[in-house]
Amino acid sequence: MSIFSLAITVLIGVLFFVAFFHFSNFLLDYFRVKSSRKFALENSLRVVIFIGPAFIVLFVFIIYPVFETIRLSFYDKLGENFVGLYNYAWAIKDPDFKRSIINNLGWLIVVPTLSTFFGLVIANLADRVWWGSIAKSIIFMPMAISFVGAGVIWKFMYDYRGPGDQQIGLLNAIAVALGFEPQAWLTIPIWNNFFLMAIMIWIQTGLALVIFSAALRTIPKETLDAARIDGASELKIFWKIIIPYLEQTILVIWTIITLLVLKVFDIIYAMTNGQWQTEVLANLMYDWMFRGGGDTGRGSVLAFCILIGVIPILAWNLYKHRQDQKV
Amino acid sequence: MKKLTITSIFSQLLLLIFVIAWIAPTFGLFISSLRDKDVLAISGWWTSFTTTEVNEIYRTKGNDAQIKEGEYYYIKSNLFRENKGKEIFRFGVTSKNIDEYEVGETALFKDGTEITVLENGDYIWKSQNEFKKKKGKRVFVSAKSPPSFTLDNYKEVLFQEGLGQAFLNTFAVALPATLIPLIICSFFAYALTWMKFYGRDILLATIIASLVVPLQMSLIPILTIYNDFGALFGVAAKSFPGIWMAHTGFGLASTTFLLWNFLKSLPQEMMEAAKVDGATHYDTFIKIVVPLSVPAFASIFILQFLWVWNDLLVGLVFLDKHPSEIILTAKLKELLGSRGENWEILTTSAFVSMAVPLFIFFSLQRYFIRGLVAGSIKG
Repeated sequence: MSIFSLAITVLIGVLFFVAFFHFSNFLLDYFRVKSSRKFALENSLRVVIFIGPAFIVLFVFIIYPVFETIRLSFYDKLGENFVGLYNYAWAIKDPDFKRSIINNLGWLIVVPTLSTFFGLVIANLADRVWWGSIAKSIIFMPMAISFVGAGVIWKFMYDYRGPGDQQIGLLNAIAVALGFEPQAWLTIPIWNNFFLMAIMIWIQTGLALVIFSAALRTIPKETLDAARIDGASELKIFWKIIIPYLEQTILVIWTIITLLVLKVFDIIYAMTNGQWQTEVLANLMYDWMFRGGGDTGRGSVLAFCILIGVIPILAWNLYKHRQDQKV
Repeated sequence: MKKLTITSIFSQLLLLIFVIAWIAPTFGLFISSLRDKDVLAISGWWTSFTTTEVNEIYRTKGNDAQIKEGEYYYIKSNLFRENKGKEIFRFGVTSKNIDEYEVGETALFKDGTEITVLENGDYIWKSQNEFKKKKGKRVFVSAKSPPSFTLDNYKEVLFQEGLGQAFLNTFAVALPATLIPLIICSFFAYALTWMKFYGRDILLATIIASLVVPLQMSLIPILTIYNDFGALFGVAAKSFPGIWMAHTGFGLASTTFLLWNFLKSLPQEMMEAAKVDGATHYDTFIKIVVPLSVPAFASIFILQFLWVWNDLLVGLVFLDKHPSEIILTAKLKELLGSRGENWEILTTSAFVSMAVPLFIFFSLQRYFIRGLVAGSIKG
């Protein structure tokens, strides 16, 4: 499509919603003047207009699909015949599924831990030096890049040439310079998972960094000064004051990165597509959505497994929300 | 200035290591996208800042170019198609001995013809008899190549690889997919904050829960709905409006939540005062809430826009891979498969796909960070 027709499509799409809200409210205001007694009716109509579109979208795109996916997980590949727990039984026996669960667990342990740790360390270091904000910008920058873009960046880093050739991937060039054999990093089972995780850590450290930076400023300076006057070392201050003070923040960052990691898809799909034992749930699910014309039953089981992973976080969030509402 | 202590030197050094480790991958990609594709394939990007030695093969011109001077036939030309400042220091005429001759010396081909190659690539090929062959002969050169950068790769990917169209498509997806949720959710968040209605608390709890529901739960049912809808009305199942609404759905919870968080912080008295003055909720929304929410809108706009721009999964599932619909990330993934060894295409395409996010990042970093921090407070 040309730039012109694309622009028109975009404009119509956006204006449609603006027009909806404007005219429905305009009509309501117009009739209000004439019949001021029907106050209750007007109020409920207004509520319908305000929440209607969002509610429909919420229902169609989130609420209904959650239940439909759970239902489909008990049906066959076309979603027509009830097959009970057949798809679940398949999953338990499937070697790819087992691999995915193990890999996902690995991701869940390594990525949030290292991202949070690096973020915390860098936030502390950056606070001490005059060029700290530039450093923070640079480390935060990968947050703006897509996972696929990051995939290309790192595939280039991991590029492999035969032992006799000049390496053009930085990692192999370093390996050769240190006297090792060059390696095709992404094809070495088990270890390749860590090379993929490195990409996610590279991206998410920036997130941890900015949130920690904001949180660090809330630590009362007097506390830190008092500790310094008492002769505490910087390392001791870090472990005994800063970490306990940031406990809540650490938990929050951990949760956000965990949520992201559970759904990790793009990196795997772009870099290895699950080959060499790097399969994860989200990639396997995408695979089954389209493999052999698509299997909605198996795809749904895999999606449901990801949902199970987030349920503890979901429950915790709801619990916290209720506590907040009470106050 | 703080005084220089061992701790502070150590801090600076450690931070510097982190910074270098974090910037090197992106920097390498950027530099590579500016390099000549032949050099890129055989040498690391870190060598591009210094003069390097390269071994290359060129071919002389054929008999079309010959001239006769006296009793000899000559072909005089330059080996390089364009001069990039390379300096030849040795050359050869057989593959067995590619650096047999010093530059300026005269080499002998098997057929008895003589060639002299100069430093700048100029050569004189001399023969007693007329040159017969249309095709020239191979010349092997060892040259010193100075740092050189070019925008050729960008021209190629934008106009020949179809990345320009993908770029426009991504805009056509990302703008509405950011504005529509912003419009819908601001009304929704307003209602959740300032209107009283039955079921409000349940709705709010649903939003909180939806924040963490993985979008994988929605893919299969929504794809089915779209396919059925398409078949029923005879329209394409995969379309721009379809993906706008999908992104609206997936961004709805977070957008609403962020806005709700912000609106809660506005003073209640202001709303009450407006009500007493006889303003309807719509008036209050347009005249009071929207102007006050501009910074919040900016943060949410950036977050959602970057999310949509960088998304791959939703684009793969709800859009065709046809050139008129494909988005940048999907295109990039396609190139990774089909042009996996053409690093000049990959590095440049990747950089094109990152240009808009990086621009937003560097110009509006403050809002971006504010949004992230606000979103994380409850998470």
